[in-house]
Amino acid sequence: MPIHDQGYRRYGGGKAPRGYGWTVITRAGIRALAAKRAFLGLLLLSWFPFFVRAVQIYAAANLPQAAFLAPSADTFRQFLDQQEIFVFFVTVYVGAGLIANDRRANALQIYLSKPLTRAEYVFGKLAILMAFLLVVTWVPAILLLIVQIAFAGNFTFFQNNAYLFPAITLFSFLQVTMVATAMLALSSLSKSSRYVGILYAAVLFFTQAIYGVLLAVTRSTAFSWVSFPANLSQVGDAIFRLPLKYSTPWPVSLLMILGLITVSGLVLERRVRGVEVVV
Amino acid sequence: MAETDPVVTLDRVTVAYGKSPALREVTASFAAGAVGLLGPNGAGKSTLIKSLLGFIVPERGHLRVLGLNVAESPLEIRARVGYMPESDAHIPGMNAVSFVAYCGELAGLPRVDAMQRAHEMLFYVGLGEARYRNVETYSTGMKQRIKLAQALVHDPDLLFLDEPTNGMDPRGRDEMLELVRDLAHNKGVNLILSSHLLPDVEYTCDHVVVMDKGAVATAGPIAALKQPRGRLYELRVKTPTGVLDPFVDRLRAAGLDCHSTDEDIMRVFVPGDGGARQLFALAAAERVQVRHLRPSVSTLEDVFAHAVGEK
Repeated sequence: MPIHDQGYRRYGGGKAPRGYGWTVITRAGIRALAAKRAFLGLLLLSWFPFFVRAVQIYAAANLPQAAFLAPSADTFRQFLDQQEIFVFFVTVYVGAGLIANDRRANALQIYLSKPLTRAEYVFGKLAILMAFLLVVTWVPAILLLIVQIAFAGNFTFFQNNAYLFPAITLFSFLQVTMVATAMLALSSLSKSSRYVGILYAAVLFFTQAIYGVLLAVTRSTAFSWVSFPANLSQVGDAIFRLPLKYSTPWPVSLLMILGLITVSGLVLERRVRGVEVVV
Repeated sequence: MAETDPVVTLDRVTVAYGKSPALREVTASFAAGAVGLLGPNGAGKSTLIKSLLGFIVPERGHLRVLGLNVAESPLEIRARVGYMPESDAHIPGMNAVSFVAYCGELAGLPRVDAMQRAHEMLFYVGLGEARYRNVETYSTGMKQRIKLAQALVHDPDLLFLDEPTNGMDPRGRDEMLELVRDLAHNKGVNLILSSHLLPDVEYTCDHVVVMDKGAVATAGPIAALKQPRGRLYELRVKTPTGVLDPFVDRLRAAGLDCHSTDEDIMRVFVPGDGGARQLFALAAAERVQVRHLRPSVSTLEDVFAHAVGEK
């Protein structure tokens, strides 16, 4: 006679209120990625510029010979620019398989047979990518601001550049939202994460290449709106109150970014379904 | 909802994929307990289940599950049902216990409870020893079992099982059917078992809804449908003229249900007790040589033919 029957028994415990399913997806996704050494290595590498900048700020604050290294508002803008390469790699590493792998394993019908809306599923997946991208952009940039205050020993720089905190926050979230929704939309289009990664790189470089060609032909930066990296850069400069690099008005660039986010949302709405119907 | 109330009702439900209708004005009710949803591939069984889960929105008609309207309360319904999909399905990169616990959490179970039930469910479906293996390394049979475990982890009131024995070896199939039967008859779980295999439904279910070409062909208690009504034969003949049609017409005129197949073999259903003797008598009357006559086991196709004929 068994001591404990390993049979089926009814569940008498409580259940979580609905609407939190996305947090389960996000937590599981973050845990899975945090367990990968290669990914942790990439994250560590992405913080290298932060340490370099921190040393620069320390030197400027403590060594008179290094006063020329003193940070300005532009320092933070440049830092976020430098992080773009890591944003690209983290986006491809984390984002390419987020939905593509679920599509390959027919996991969508498992997810959507649970009390979970399609929006919750998408938001849960989006939050994984956004969380890691913010770790690469917003978190080090804000920390850098705190480091500056700490090493300077006063709030003068912060008071003179009070817009920096909202500027860093707004730009980071805009960048992360654009990149994450675009990658998630691409990920929903295929069952191969490798193909999605290539597609993402192609879209990014293709729009930049088209802009390069138009620039060469017209000798004008008015067509920068065709390039998503250029649009982001243009809006970033506007947010940081810096001279604009391109002659495209920044609201046009912002519209292009918002348009990309909207199109990505529409793609996700169409592709994330419990059943795939091919008519 | 009273225990005698049907767990699922469909009222003139029509679903189409583009211009191809998948369900045509389906009206049916599924009693509490174990109900088989029987039909050949393309009959609309999976479409019906996916409509009940809210994956597919019908063009017309109303669906109710556990007394709730599918169009109005899909999440409430999904919190109370378990779904074992037909196709291979898992969350990539997870071992079995993490996968099932994850599904439990998605269904609203607290993390600790979800993990505890995941272990229990994996033991219950016979994967206790393999529960720390990555699901992607599982055999087809093991994948079927884990799909059942994830459907059960949150203790659903109603279970949708879509072809649960697909791809399983005979032993695994028997074990799966035993589990389904145990759930339905000993654990009090209502279930709808979709299958094209009559024996699977016969073994596990008390009621059946037979579907064909997107419509309900027949429905009722299995015991009633299994009543003997005649015998089925495979028949090959040689006619004096080489033309089969007059003989087929003669069989049909005598009340026999006759279907020709590809290889010159007819399947003839002889109602009542006449049996082979009646066939030989008709052949002799038409001066037709019987070259091959073999009693045939009643197949699903025969059940359909019969059900459609009775409508």
